[in-house]
Amino acid sequence: MSNPRFGMVIDTRKCVGCMDCVVACQTENDVPQGFCRDWIATEVRGTFPALTMEIRSERCNHCDNPPCVSCCPTGASHVEEFGRVVHVTANRCIGCKACLAACPYGARYVHPEGYVDKCTFCMHRVKEGKDPACVSVCPTHCMVFGDLDDPKSRVSELLRTRKWHVNLPEAGTRPRVYYLT
Amino acid sequence: MEQLSRRRFLKITAGAFGAAAAATQVEPMLRAADAPKGTVVEIPTYCEMCFWRCGGIASVRDGKLWKFEGNPRDPQSRGRLCPRGTGAVGSHFDRDRLQKPLIRTGERGKEAWKAVTWDEAFTFIAERMSRIKAEHGPESIVMFNHGVGVRFLQHVLKSWGCTGFAGPSFAQCRGPRDVGFTLTYGMGLGSPEPTDIENTGCLTLIGSHLGENMHNSQVQEFAAAVERRIPIIVVDPRFSVAASKATHWLPIKPGTDLALILAWMHVIVAEGLYDRAFVEKHGHGFEKFALELKSSTPEWAAAETGIDAALIRTTAREMARHRPASLVHPGRRVNWNGDDAQRSRAIALLNALLGNWARKGGLFYSQGMKVAGFPLPKYPQSAKPAADNPNGERYPFADETVTTGLRETTLTGKPYPIKGWWVYSSNIVQALPNPAETLKAIQALDLLVVVDTLPSEIAGYADVVLPEAMFLERYDELLTGWGRQGWLSLRQPVVPPPGDQKPGWWMAKELAAKLGVPECMPFKDIEEYLAFRVEKSGLSWQELKKVGVIMGPKQPTTIEEGLEIEFPTPSGKVEFWSDQLAAKGFDPVPKYKAPPQAPDGFYRLVSGRAPVHTFSRTQTNPLLHDLMPENELWVNAATAAKLGVRGGQYVKLRNEDGVVSNRIRVKATQRIRPDTLYMVYGFGHENPMMKTAYRRGASAAQLNTRYVTDPLMGGTSIHGNFVTIVKEA
Amino acid sequence: MFEFTTTRHNPGVDPLLHVWGWEIPLYLFVGGVVAGMMVIAGVAMLRTAKGEDTRGFFSIQTPLLAFMLLNLGMLALLLDLAHPLYVWAVYLTFQVASPMSWGSWVLLIVYGILLVSALVRLHEAWPWLGRTFPVVERWSHAITSSPGRMSLLGWLNVLFGVGVGIYTGILLNTMVARPLWNTSVLPVLFLVSGLSAGAAAMHVATRFFGRRPAPQGMIGGFLSAFVQPLGPEPPARSTVDSLIRLDIVLLAIELVLIALLVLGLLTSTASHAEAAKLVLGGPYTTAFWGVIVVAGILVPIALQGLELSHRIPHTVLPALLVLAGGYVLRWVMVNAGQASEVVQAAVRQ
Repeated sequence: MSNPRFGMVIDTRKCVGCMDCVVACQTENDVPQGFCRDWIATEVRGTFPALTMEIRSERCNHCDNPPCVSCCPTGASHVEEFGRVVHVTANRCIGCKACLAACPYGARYVHPEGYVDKCTFCMHRVKEGKDPACVSVCPTHCMVFGDLDDPKSRVSELLRTRKWHVNLPEAGTRPRVYYLT
Repeated sequence: MEQLSRRRFLKITAGAFGAAAAATQVEPMLRAADAPKGTVVEIPTYCEMCFWRCGGIASVRDGKLWKFEGNPRDPQSRGRLCPRGTGAVGSHFDRDRLQKPLIRTGERGKEAWKAVTWDEAFTFIAERMSRIKAEHGPESIVMFNHGVGVRFLQHVLKSWGCTGFAGPSFAQCRGPRDVGFTLTYGMGLGSPEPTDIENTGCLTLIGSHLGENMHNSQVQEFAAAVERRIPIIVVDPRFSVAASKATHWLPIKPGTDLALILAWMHVIVAEGLYDRAFVEKHGHGFEKFALELKSSTPEWAAAETGIDAALIRTTAREMARHRPASLVHPGRRVNWNGDDAQRSRAIALLNALLGNWARKGGLFYSQGMKVAGFPLPKYPQSAKPAADNPNGERYPFADETVTTGLRETTLTGKPYPIKGWWVYSSNIVQALPNPAETLKAIQALDLLVVVDTLPSEIAGYADVVLPEAMFLERYDELLTGWGRQGWLSLRQPVVPPPGDQKPGWWMAKELAAKLGVPECMPFKDIEEYLAFRVEKSGLSWQELKKVGVIMGPKQPTTIEEGLEIEFPTPSGKVEFWSDQLAAKGFDPVPKYKAPPQAPDGFYRLVSGRAPVHTFSRTQTNPLLHDLMPENELWVNAATAAKLGVRGGQYVKLRNEDGVVSNRIRVKATQRIRPDTLYMVYGFGHENPMMKTAYRRGASAAQLNTRYVTDPLMGGTSIHGNFVTIVKEA
Repeated sequence: MFEFTTTRHNPGVDPLLHVWGWEIPLYLFVGGVVAGMMVIAGVAMLRTAKGEDTRGFFSIQTPLLAFMLLNLGMLALLLDLAHPLYVWAVYLTFQVASPMSWGSWVLLIVYGILLVSALVRLHEAWPWLGRTFPVVERWSHAITSSPGRMSLLGWLNVLFGVGVGIYTGILLNTMVARPLWNTSVLPVLFLVSGLSAGAAAMHVATRFFGRRPAPQGMIGGFLSAFVQPLGPEPPARSTVDSLIRLDIVLLAIELVLIALLVLGLLTSTASHAEAAKLVLGGPYTTAFWGVIVVAGILVPIALQGLELSHRIPHTVLPALLVLAGGYVLRWVMVNAGQASEVVQAAVRQ
């Protein structure tokens, strides 16, 4: 079986921005108080009453071209073999924060203990056959997680059949979180 | 009080059952604490972060509460909790929690307390209660409550002779809706309302902001409906999340919804789009009803509501096109203007025209599950009239106790004095309209006991405060759920309370002893009670503790499934024309009255829900506080520019009675009508003991000084206040 | 109308990135000054190798000061780290794509070069050193007596000096996420700015000289090595003038580079143009034009030009202004750069 390349597909039409994904991640991953690994962004366009709104659950995009990995002087920020996810090895991180500056999405933060932290795609859950916490909790079922390199996976199917966009393609990072519109 | 409806909930009867006691089981939470390091123990229980009571599974890791997730067996959560449930662990760790029983030492509201033992607290309470009973009778002590934990306290008080028990959920929330439906169909909707969003072909939401209003299963079905791309019609002065997903958004002028509903019905009747078969078979007084609608044209409604007449026609035709699988959501917190029972009746009638009663995709019949009761002594009978609504004279069509009726009686002493209040898990200073009246009524009391988990505003005025364990720390009464299929759900403790907090059932047992009615709680502890009920019903107590949820038998909930329906109204049919309303001098068919206009420089203030908070009781939960530490004032961008206020700026609000709110941050947005202001309800806490939430955001409740009482059933309005913006932080 | 909201409020990240405060600008500035000093010292060493300039001002005092400043810079770097106890992790690996990894290893080399450079003629200015550790004197002599070795040391200083100067800019300019930095002008600008700051720093140092014979003790001798390397006479007028002429040229080049920087941003992507607004009307405008350009470049050019033509007396003021401007340049770039973001280029409907 080939190595998966994990990504997420999120249906913005269904997302209601309830922040369940935010707090589920916080409890699952013991995220320090006052910090979040994922968040809700909304964009409203138009003038009353002709309005449209897009709601997105955002997090680290585990990019295919991750600038946060290339800038890291110790290799703490690296691409994992399994799943091609971007992880930070805490006891190799010196806290130089170059990766925070390198990320166009602001996805990282400095953990109070000093190392840099962010979304891990809940690999500890994925390895047990579960979805990441945010995907598992979402009451609108708007989030799908899976192998982008498997044409039969749900994520691949959705990307074939629905219109989608990614965040800040201008940054050239090749993000792996896709938003269906 | 005449019996108007057949309530669709299971009454726990005191029957003559055998008294087999179940063996006491080992506390799951002790097992969790003893497990080897890194071990995770999962314990199912049902949530109490709101009243949906979703089934969940709590995880304890190394003896410490870790997370709370949905129970896949549970029909409400379907394995996924809402953000409040997911954040429930925060309530266990909440640093602002009440820790010990308190007795006040200074003036009411001055927050001078002494911590006491439970025994001292109950002695104090029993002594005061006995004095009141001796002088005025036990009916002179009433209770305000919200939540399942009150079950045994209520039972003890009833056994002792109390008769007045009211939840704000009637007069300050869904009461007008249920009365409106009862007047039409002969029965109310109950909770959760049986909306078949999952199968509907067209969904209409009037004020309901699903997605921000987090009725878990309804939000799940709503999202699925969005995915199915069915037409969705949203009526809301605000571009809510639901409105952003709607096919048609009608940005209605607040207070004019009844005009829109009448116009919709006008179109559906005039163009013959209604379910003729249903009307012919089940309708009473349809011709007279149709006649009443003649003047409610879309053009007339357009002038009142600000909605285009063409759009009114389009949406009326759209919803009719998909009948009977076309659902007009009856709403939940519908107490907006003071005429809300009639407006809800109009919604009931609209649904009737669509013929969706007991139909797939419409309003189904909730089914429950029979669970045996525990043999308990009968309650004493009282000769006195109901304190809130003596002989049904105040509110002829109220079929539950009216909180504000109890308050009024406390203030006036008529028909008899009320000298004691028990308040359970209900911050009535925020929940009841015009807080000044509540505070005045409190001054008339000889005893105010508040049972709460947090130092809420009402707790601040108590004589005795009893700290309750939060739901993850306690057993509670069994939940028998009503829905497409009934189910049984268990609440059991996951972790011990961090301080001297106790569960409601324990308090009840202690109280019963002190009040001299220990025989009303004839079981050693609640496990004996619960295990008895479960085993007596032919189910396994061990199994229930392990899985948390046991489904009941599948019964028909719609006509499609073979359900036979009847309408327990006076005519035995769906009352398009209500003789009983006419008999009491009310409009037999709802009539629209234009709302008052805002004075110059004033705006209508409306309020709603956020998905991460519940009323005024989650703002100190550290997880939920972090998600939303304060509410914002939604101001139309053009209005804001005109007033010279910017987004992010703090302002205060002043209403027509001169009440000034706490400062609130402005959200200048296109997403709201220029004449309307909006904020999430439940913020602006004034009890300094709620350190995390103290004076964060503003309180819509505080500004609700001008309210109208629904003459049919006592519901009190919440959206009737005009406010002006005061520019200074 | 466009409204954007986010629920994220992570410390240091929201509403704008701010994880680097004064430590990194100080490190970059010191790096630039050290770079400039290394080039100056290197050139002096090359001259020494050829037999010129045995006075030692540039070949003794300069590397000594540079070595001290390098330590200061590294301290600032260490203070910036959030996980400092793990700083050794940079030396477990070499990450070829990471400028900071390059910098960590180069720093090691530069440290060695400057240590040697500082020591090689120190005993001449600080006799106590030679008396106490004769090996130092012997070893120094082995280098200074060999034109080949001295030349090598000189070239190492020049090349690594230029490298350090450019590196401080590369550290920032590889980050696409920070459009204000994302320009190829930045490394050259930082190099030139560093060279001019190095010259200015040495100019300031020339103001400190003593007329009495140097103390012979340990501490007194060490301190005096900083200000009177070889005797009580001040550096020659021509030395100082050469510094001033060098500085004017470097400042002029710097001005051109700043113009290219701003123009380059304005003519690049939407994100770059947006970033330029931070210094064109945004919160960093006054610091950028008032302090960096006017006070830090234009005024020193004018003053120094007038000094050279003897129209105004010689003061240390222009040098101080150049140094201030140099630090503020790094401070503005580091802080404004964090505030710059990639923006949505195409507005979705």
